[in-house]
Amino acid sequence: MRVRAQIGMVLNLDKCIGCHTCSVTCKNVWTSRDGVEYAWFNNVETKPGTGYPTDWENQDRWNGGWERTRAGKLQPKQGSKWRILANIFGNPDLPEIDDYYEPFDFDYDHLKSAPELKAFPTARPRSKITGERMEKITKGPNWEEILGGEFAKRSQDYNFEGIQKEIYGEYENTFMMYLPRLCEHCLNPACAAACPSGAIYKREEDGIVLIDQEKCRGWRMCVSGCPYKKIYYNWQSGKSEKCTLCYPRIESGNPTVCSETCVGRIRYLGVMLYDADKIEQAANTPAETDLYDAQLDVFLDPNDPAVIATARADGIPEDWIKSAQASPIWKMAMEWKVAFPLHPEYRTLPMVGYIPPLSPIQNAAEAGAIGMDGAMPDVRNLRIPLRYLANMLTAGDEEPVALALERMLAMRAYMRAKTVDGVRDEAVAAKVGLDGAMIEDMYKIMALADYEDRFVIPTTHREQVEEAYDLRGECGFTDTNGCSPGISKGSLFGGAKKPLKMPEELR
Amino acid sequence: MRATWDEATEITAAANLYTTKTYGPDRTFGFSPIPAMSMISYAAGSRFLTLMGGVCMSFYDWYCDLPPASPMIWGEQTDVPESADWFNAGYLLLWGSNVPQTRTPDAHFYTEARYRGTKSAVICPDYSEAAKFGDVWLNVKQGTDAALGMAFGHVILREFHLDRQAEYFEDYCRKYSDFPMLVKLDEKDGRLIPGRFLRADDLDGKLGEDNNPEWKTIAWDEESGGLVAPNGSIGYRWGEDGEWNLQEKAKEADTRLKMTLILEEDHDDVVAVDFPYFGGEATEAFATDADHPDVLTRNIPVKTIQTADGEVKVTTVFDLYCANYGLDRNLGGDWVAKDYDDEMPGTPAWAEKITGVSRDKIIHVAREFAQNAEKTEGKSMIIIGAAMNHWYHMDMNYRAVINMLVMCGCVGQSGGGWAHYVGQEKLRPQTGWQPLAFALDWGRPPRHMNSTSAWYAHSDQWRYETLEADEILSPTAPKGDWDINLIDYNVRAERMGWLPSAPQLKTNPLEVAKQAKAAGKDVASFVAEQLKSGTLEMSCEDPDAPENWPRNLYIWRSNLLGSSGKGHEYFLKHLLGTDHGVMGKDLGEEGRQLPKEAKWHEEGPRGKLDLLVTIDFRMSTTAVYSDIVLPTASWYEKNDLNTSDMHPFIHPLQAAVDPAYESKSDWEIFKAIAKKVQEVAPEVLGQETDIVALPLLHDTPAELAQDQVKDWKKGECDLIPGKTAPNFIAVERDYTQIYDRFVALGPLLDKLGNGGKGIGWNTEHEVQHLRDLNGEWAEGPAKGCAKIVTDIDATEVVLMLAPETNGEVAVKAWDALSSFTGIDHTHLARPKEDEKIRFRDIAVQPRKIISSPTWSGLESEKVCYNAGYTNVHELIPWRTLTGRQQLYQDHLWMRAFGEGFMSYRPPVDLKTITRDVQDDGDTLVLNFITPHQKWGIHSTYSDNLLMLTLNRGGPVVWLSENDAKKADIKDNDWIELYNTNGALTARAVVSQRIKDGTTFMYHAQEKIVNTPGSEKTGNRGGIHNSVTRTVLKPTHMIGGYAQQSYGFNYYGTVGANRDEFVVVRKMKKVDWLDEEATQKEAAE
Repeated sequence: MRVRAQIGMVLNLDKCIGCHTCSVTCKNVWTSRDGVEYAWFNNVETKPGTGYPTDWENQDRWNGGWERTRAGKLQPKQGSKWRILANIFGNPDLPEIDDYYEPFDFDYDHLKSAPELKAFPTARPRSKITGERMEKITKGPNWEEILGGEFAKRSQDYNFEGIQKEIYGEYENTFMMYLPRLCEHCLNPACAAACPSGAIYKREEDGIVLIDQEKCRGWRMCVSGCPYKKIYYNWQSGKSEKCTLCYPRIESGNPTVCSETCVGRIRYLGVMLYDADKIEQAANTPAETDLYDAQLDVFLDPNDPAVIATARADGIPEDWIKSAQASPIWKMAMEWKVAFPLHPEYRTLPMVGYIPPLSPIQNAAEAGAIGMDGAMPDVRNLRIPLRYLANMLTAGDEEPVALALERMLAMRAYMRAKTVDGVRDEAVAAKVGLDGAMIEDMYKIMALADYEDRFVIPTTHREQVEEAYDLRGECGFTDTNGCSPGISKGSLFGGAKKPLKMPEELR
Repeated sequence: MRATWDEATEITAAANLYTTKTYGPDRTFGFSPIPAMSMISYAAGSRFLTLMGGVCMSFYDWYCDLPPASPMIWGEQTDVPESADWFNAGYLLLWGSNVPQTRTPDAHFYTEARYRGTKSAVICPDYSEAAKFGDVWLNVKQGTDAALGMAFGHVILREFHLDRQAEYFEDYCRKYSDFPMLVKLDEKDGRLIPGRFLRADDLDGKLGEDNNPEWKTIAWDEESGGLVAPNGSIGYRWGEDGEWNLQEKAKEADTRLKMTLILEEDHDDVVAVDFPYFGGEATEAFATDADHPDVLTRNIPVKTIQTADGEVKVTTVFDLYCANYGLDRNLGGDWVAKDYDDEMPGTPAWAEKITGVSRDKIIHVAREFAQNAEKTEGKSMIIIGAAMNHWYHMDMNYRAVINMLVMCGCVGQSGGGWAHYVGQEKLRPQTGWQPLAFALDWGRPPRHMNSTSAWYAHSDQWRYETLEADEILSPTAPKGDWDINLIDYNVRAERMGWLPSAPQLKTNPLEVAKQAKAAGKDVASFVAEQLKSGTLEMSCEDPDAPENWPRNLYIWRSNLLGSSGKGHEYFLKHLLGTDHGVMGKDLGEEGRQLPKEAKWHEEGPRGKLDLLVTIDFRMSTTAVYSDIVLPTASWYEKNDLNTSDMHPFIHPLQAAVDPAYESKSDWEIFKAIAKKVQEVAPEVLGQETDIVALPLLHDTPAELAQDQVKDWKKGECDLIPGKTAPNFIAVERDYTQIYDRFVALGPLLDKLGNGGKGIGWNTEHEVQHLRDLNGEWAEGPAKGCAKIVTDIDATEVVLMLAPETNGEVAVKAWDALSSFTGIDHTHLARPKEDEKIRFRDIAVQPRKIISSPTWSGLESEKVCYNAGYTNVHELIPWRTLTGRQQLYQDHLWMRAFGEGFMSYRPPVDLKTITRDVQDDGDTLVLNFITPHQKWGIHSTYSDNLLMLTLNRGGPVVWLSENDAKKADIKDNDWIELYNTNGALTARAVVSQRIKDGTTFMYHAQEKIVNTPGSEKTGNRGGIHNSVTRTVLKPTHMIGGYAQQSYGFNYYGTVGANRDEFVVVRKMKKVDWLDEEATQKEAAE
């Protein structure tokens, strides 16, 4: 056992209101720059839909993630190392700008600067790439918002695999959910494996996956290697960029910007302990449907004395162990089993989990039979087909998703009995393998969702990963270049660097 | 062209003064909405306008966010629970409200309440974001919600009031609804129809009630076994003290009112009573129900009593109400059902046909809603948005909903009730703000106008009216002169003092005042005399006469022309006189019935406005059309106050940075204009007497003015100002002191005190505090007055004077109310008596406001803010005729238009797809719906690049896959929508979630971004309102009648726009119309 700790995230899709605040705040902080106009480290997709970039989930097309070879070896789906190197100047799996969208801006100034016109003025779009007029905008990062576009197009959605989908295109049978997406900060990141320059690394101390901008040579093998298409090429700098899990915030104990600003309060951040020795075996589990369980098996119980002892021996800080014990991620993924990885079949062991959404009862026979007060509706009668969610979250295995939905309904039934009838209905809890105390804890974390319950983030122990003595005093007044020692060529205000003039008496 | 502040303000000031001198002060209009969101910025303009004698235009009614059902039933504009109270509900019905999309910050209370065990049903025609969270989705056909509500009510009555009487419901309804009140049955052509409430005045001896006996309703008392006039009706409110309360008493004796006469021993007879039925009138786009006649006669138990006018038959509201819902109570007769599967109007089977929602779902949801309410004593809540309120017959939709809540005892109970959210309407420190905003410290009354009637008249939308009164009149209407145009109803309403007017008199009121003075008469009797003789005319009688045009218009904090202006193209054509897309013909050209009261001009005037000044921080559509655009500070560049109905806190806007470039805050802008006016004035005007026409106002004794409908002009009564007509009040103005007054708290607060909602209190203490806090003027015309120089000074005026932010005032206010009710309410504010919230306090941290009688909910440690809470728990009457939640409306016009009781009324036919306008081959006709969008707050932010990127980069219109196929439209195709009102261009979003037959254009996507030319009009494609036109409803004009009395943004006509249809077609050629104008065109 080799204990490591990672900051994981869970998004409760059952609470997502699709406001895109996460996307906007992320964009404003990280990608409102030249070269990444089209990049959204965080985006929100309406499902069913083909997403951004289009059809990203279709690995037959993009060859992202990992595959298990016939020989039982794990290798990047885009090919082994030699193939990656062979394709370095002509990557066939690389999405192009049109797979994302052509970013645009508008001639806003026209509204006040236009000469006298025959007709009322209007600000027309212009490409942010070419600067040329765009006659028609044909794509955006959120083109399918609230089911925009014909079902025939949206139902190319990979998650319809194995479903007779036609009826879901009918008005009466409409279903919809939101899927906010960001880098998964995988335990087994395919991007890192694909990088010919070794620029992508997973941080030892918190598991955040980053691209070293000094080392990146812009080969873009990571872009195709990531099955979630969450690495973006900056055409201005010629390097790739990705979600940093807002590491400067995480390091100081603050949630990521997307989490902090989440209006629906759906995001959770917390520590997960895992056994680094088990990763390869888990990622290489033969059956895709076993991958979900295999990943759970990598996680270590933070309350297990043996784990604690090894964690200490492996240098996990004490407050990280404590945080792991209070981690909402642990509770949701492991204790309640309501949170799932996104597409475990990609074999990257993603560390951003999702709680599947409930949806209105579809079956006419149960119309309005909201359940509770006795019987609960069959989760197979909810509007969103179970298989659809399973295709997304458990490589098609419906049972774990069904149990999670049943547990959510049981929480509602139990709490209704408590708040309306004044009884604690242990039977409802027992039916789904929980007890009243667990449900009340679920309620506290998921409904009351206090800030400190959603975000249990220990500060980073920089002293353990770098030589703290050498760092002291380094992060003072710098040239907006992080903690550089200040040996930069230009001055803060541009132009040539001038020697600092000190008052006479201080010399 | 750029101008200096000095030039721009001088042009503006000169125009205002010229207009005032030439036509009158009430030809300068100002439009600004929702003060709650930045109340000082609003107050800046309204204070300036009021000091000038200008017109402050309403907004809440114009937006059609005002649900008239609320004042009808509760006498309340709208009072709602804060969003945190959703969490306390046991059942949440989301009805036409898309909480996640339009109440984004609060939506989590909804999603999380489900985990507390709250059940939820979502009712909306599209699979919306809200639908995602429901336990069940009821995909109702748009516009038929009242039918659904009626069926819900049918089930609730059957199962919880008739087959079994739920004790909690009965107890609640007896005390808090008008169910027990007696209604007279009137004879019409030998048949019986529901008439007026029985009143003390009808009875011999008036039950000993000398004060307002005609305003005291009557019920049968089980205690005494006779008729009583129970406490709390509106007659008790005015002219006497101590019995305006909901204690179960009458004349100090205990009472127990009887809710039904159903028992053999309680009625003398069972008679047949006629109810109107409108279900068969639907246009082909809606399911018609032609199987039933337009009058449904049902059997009712009655008592015969002796009145001053002889014998009359009376029955209870509840008995009529049950019959109206089509419930069989074993009284025999037709048109009632025992079985839910009977297709009888009112049943779930009937509603299924009309709404498309299966009867099983209807029954189940109704049952669970009521069961939950019974079990939790009222914790069933309905969250509702303006969606259902934007239909012409919005009152029916809303009353269907409110009826359910009242029947189930939900209103006024924590976690229950009517959660209507439409905007940020709750101006919590309202009574502190009003003196500042409407310069009540210098003169009273201000000039308020209801915008719907004003824009209807001044943008000449009335000239194109397609809806005739007989289309909406009830088949059971009492005899009367009903065959007039909708504008005529409005003229009558203004004349009788029901609605306000702007302008008011055709002659400049400054001149009229001079004439009165010369004649040695007081203005009220002088004006009355001249009106009677015909020497003076009210402006409403001839809106197109040049003397009656609005001449100057200020628009600030608003985008009237790009967002809220229904009938956009009519505004362009008639008010602005510019290029427009109106394609319909007016009544004259059509040869249709011309108005009888409003004067018809062959040619509709074009370009009534001389000056349009817009104050904004961006080039909105309105700004592009304006003569002068003044750049204002944005949210983080000014100091202001902000409150909302969604939470109980008052919080500040603060200047994080100074205003960018040359912009200034609204407060500074209006100060600058005021200063300029003061400089220019001596050449033009000095001290003047103005005459303000004041309608019969809600929450004043004038609300008891007209228990009968009588028009002085028709000789039915004398013209008595303030009684049978508006009051005419002299107000002194000094145009040479506009600025001096603007920046000083005037003397009237010391002299007259302050107050609101019918109560008043002395406020000298607060005025002195303000002198101490803000400083006082040492000299000049405002010598000794507190200063209001900065925006922060202005916030302090509001905070000091308002009970919500000054505990001492709160105690005074509750004390004032206590003398009306005879119950001591001061305990509600005593614990906070010493609390005074200052601007610097809320800058540190927003503060929770203090409970005040301005509102019907409480702020306390025990309950979330919930409307109606003090009515139920402090026994303060609702401000209605009966003092109860009033589900029966007995005004003559309500009965004439068939709305005594709630019933399903299909959308009206606006006839805007004419043979003339519809091109061959354009066959797709859809109902045009404009819900609130996700990507903006009205038009603000919807032109922001990020929002446009997340959406589709410009205006879009949604339609269903099936409809799109019919017109060969594919997703993202350029399409054009048109009807006689105008045309608009946008791209199509084709989606399965839209119900066939409808098209959604999310509200307020402006033509300033990515909008090509219209093939139909040859002009720039329009905005969402290019295909709408507002239509008035006579029942909203009622005045001088208890709760149906005018109040600013409170009661009055509303701008409905959802009954509209459009032709939808794919565009053949996209023309951007980018050509420069020729010199000649530019000169024009």
